[in-house]
Amino acid sequence: MTLDSKIAVRSQKPWASSPKQRVASALVIVVAVISTYLLVAITPLKGKLAYFGLFFLIFILLDFLYHLRLFGFPSGKDAIARGVVALGVTLATMPVVSILITVFNRGRRGLHWGLFTHDMKLNSVNDPISQGGLLHALTGTFTLVAIALIISLPIGILTALYLTEIRGRFAGPIKFLVQAMSGVPSIVAGLFILAAIVYPITKSYSGFMGSLALTILMIPTIARTAEEVLLLIPIELREAGIALGGTQWRTVGMVVLPAARSGLVTAVILGIARVAGETAPIILLTGGGDGVNGNPFSGPMGSLPFYIWKSFSVGTEESVTRAWAGIFVLLVIVMILFISARLLSERRRGN
Amino acid sequence: MPVQTEPARRELTTEPRFSDKVFRAIVTGGGLSSLLILGLIFAFLAYQGFSVLRSQGFHFVTGSTWQIVQDDAGNIDLSQSKFGIAAMLIGTILCALIAVVIAVPISVLSALFLTFYAPPFVKRMMVAVVDLMAAFPSILFGLWGFFILMPSVEYWAKLIHKYFGFVPIFKLEAPVVTRSPFVAGVVLAVMIIPIITSISREIFSQTPLDRVQAAYALGATRWSMIRAVALPYGRSGVVGGAMLGLGRAMGETVAVYTVLNIVYQINWQILLGAGGNVASMILLKFGEAGPQEIKALMAAGLVLFLLTLVVNSLADFVVKRSGGKGR
Repeated sequence: MTLDSKIAVRSQKPWASSPKQRVASALVIVVAVISTYLLVAITPLKGKLAYFGLFFLIFILLDFLYHLRLFGFPSGKDAIARGVVALGVTLATMPVVSILITVFNRGRRGLHWGLFTHDMKLNSVNDPISQGGLLHALTGTFTLVAIALIISLPIGILTALYLTEIRGRFAGPIKFLVQAMSGVPSIVAGLFILAAIVYPITKSYSGFMGSLALTILMIPTIARTAEEVLLLIPIELREAGIALGGTQWRTVGMVVLPAARSGLVTAVILGIARVAGETAPIILLTGGGDGVNGNPFSGPMGSLPFYIWKSFSVGTEESVTRAWAGIFVLLVIVMILFISARLLSERRRGN
Repeated sequence: MPVQTEPARRELTTEPRFSDKVFRAIVTGGGLSSLLILGLIFAFLAYQGFSVLRSQGFHFVTGSTWQIVQDDAGNIDLSQSKFGIAAMLIGTILCALIAVVIAVPISVLSALFLTFYAPPFVKRMMVAVVDLMAAFPSILFGLWGFFILMPSVEYWAKLIHKYFGFVPIFKLEAPVVTRSPFVAGVVLAVMIIPIITSISREIFSQTPLDRVQAAYALGATRWSMIRAVALPYGRSGVVGGAMLGLGRAMGETVAVYTVLNIVYQINWQILLGAGGNVASMILLKFGEAGPQEIKALMAAGLVLFLLTLVVNSLADFVVKRSGGKGR
């Protein structure tokens, strides 16, 4: 053995835990699990809550004692904090997991291809699940969201442009108002359309009224996302546009907006996801028909949230199965929108 | 010899071109639309609810009876009828407060985890999950809350009553724990966790790195760093996020409607199966309301609108002011 190999330089990570420590922390978890089981078996405590609570209690206690013995009191406190943070994260994630599992399990039973080719004109929600479908709800939701998008996209982008390009006297107040608008309860948006348009003017429910209410909810989402995106566009691009002799509107229209294209698409997608499942204003305004209605300006218009709502309210076994199937479809739509928005923005950041 | 003519001097000006003036006018108009919409919401709800508000006066927000008196011809007698939304207003605030009390600790812990504990991969995944949760439609929370969460929460409510029944708000006059404000509060808490988490996370991630590293260099553990640096720095951001969640919880309609038993009385016992919420009351009464009652509902909507507007504005103000403090 040479001297060299004895003093060979090895990279050291003094902060990394040694194998022994890792085994010890794994042991802490194992002991916590076992003692939880034992305690639940021995004591009258029972149920998921007991398992959950006891496990975290014992785990935190053991971890605390272990670190206290090894590194002293500050490290023990740190261990407690770590355990409590883990508990918080678990509590925050559990609902999502539970929701996804529930919707998948319960929605699966009501799914069949007929859902996408039939409406409920000839069926009641109490009919066997294989009859009828939610074609009318899908087309209705599509129509409602499309009209809402057509109205709110220009307004949202103009608002964002005002905040980023013009930055006029009102920029501060408008930013504040957009924020305030995003907090308007959806039912208030519905009541507003009712008060401003349905009662004084049209006197009838229709899909268009629902779209108008959705517009109010959609504008702030689009405006805020678009503003964030436009702020990321480097100022040099604008200066280059001006230096080439472009007027401001040509610079914005031909340089800034094209550069922000994918971000604006994200804004649109997030706006759609925000309103696609909105229920309260739809219940107030659309009238909720059972057949496919291609005309948003007259006649009741069905939609996914309304279909879910109606089926759920009836409360029989078949109707609730229908409601879960509707939720399944709605959730799939929202998730597709959400994931595509995320992919788009990741790609943008990648560039 | 040809006369030399000087080319006409080009005028230099900072005056925008005509096209730019049009552009600026259009964009400014679009920008002012939010002001216009908010103003219109206020104006129309106030206009429709005016007759009710005038006949009820201040009683509309302090009274707790909703009683419709009809005269012989079947018309609604406004001077005799009583519209007071105090019971629902208190219910709204109660449910929202329960939600915030439950959601804030969970959200702050999650935000701390995401900022200071999680490895990058876990962090990216968790952020996506939290954002996805914020995008879930409220009717989904309603159904999930009704079928999955409610049975468990009722069990928790019984436990709380058994062991903490001496606390006034946990008292139960009748052994009814189904569809109580507590259940609604838990469902609302689940709904506002993503909002509070993402705002707290944003604030925590802005914690000045030099202070964080200074704390570590002085030998701080992760927890003492968080207590000395991150929490003081992010405190007002967390408060603002909590208020934003409060505003969201106050305006929630469908999810509350499905899990709350709406009873028209002032109820401070959060475990008792009787509560209220302005938004879901509007939805409940809308179906069979006559023209006069609709006006009362519009007035209730106006109150709800103003309430959420105030809470949201305060939250916005607090979030903007956050940061810069701490040791």
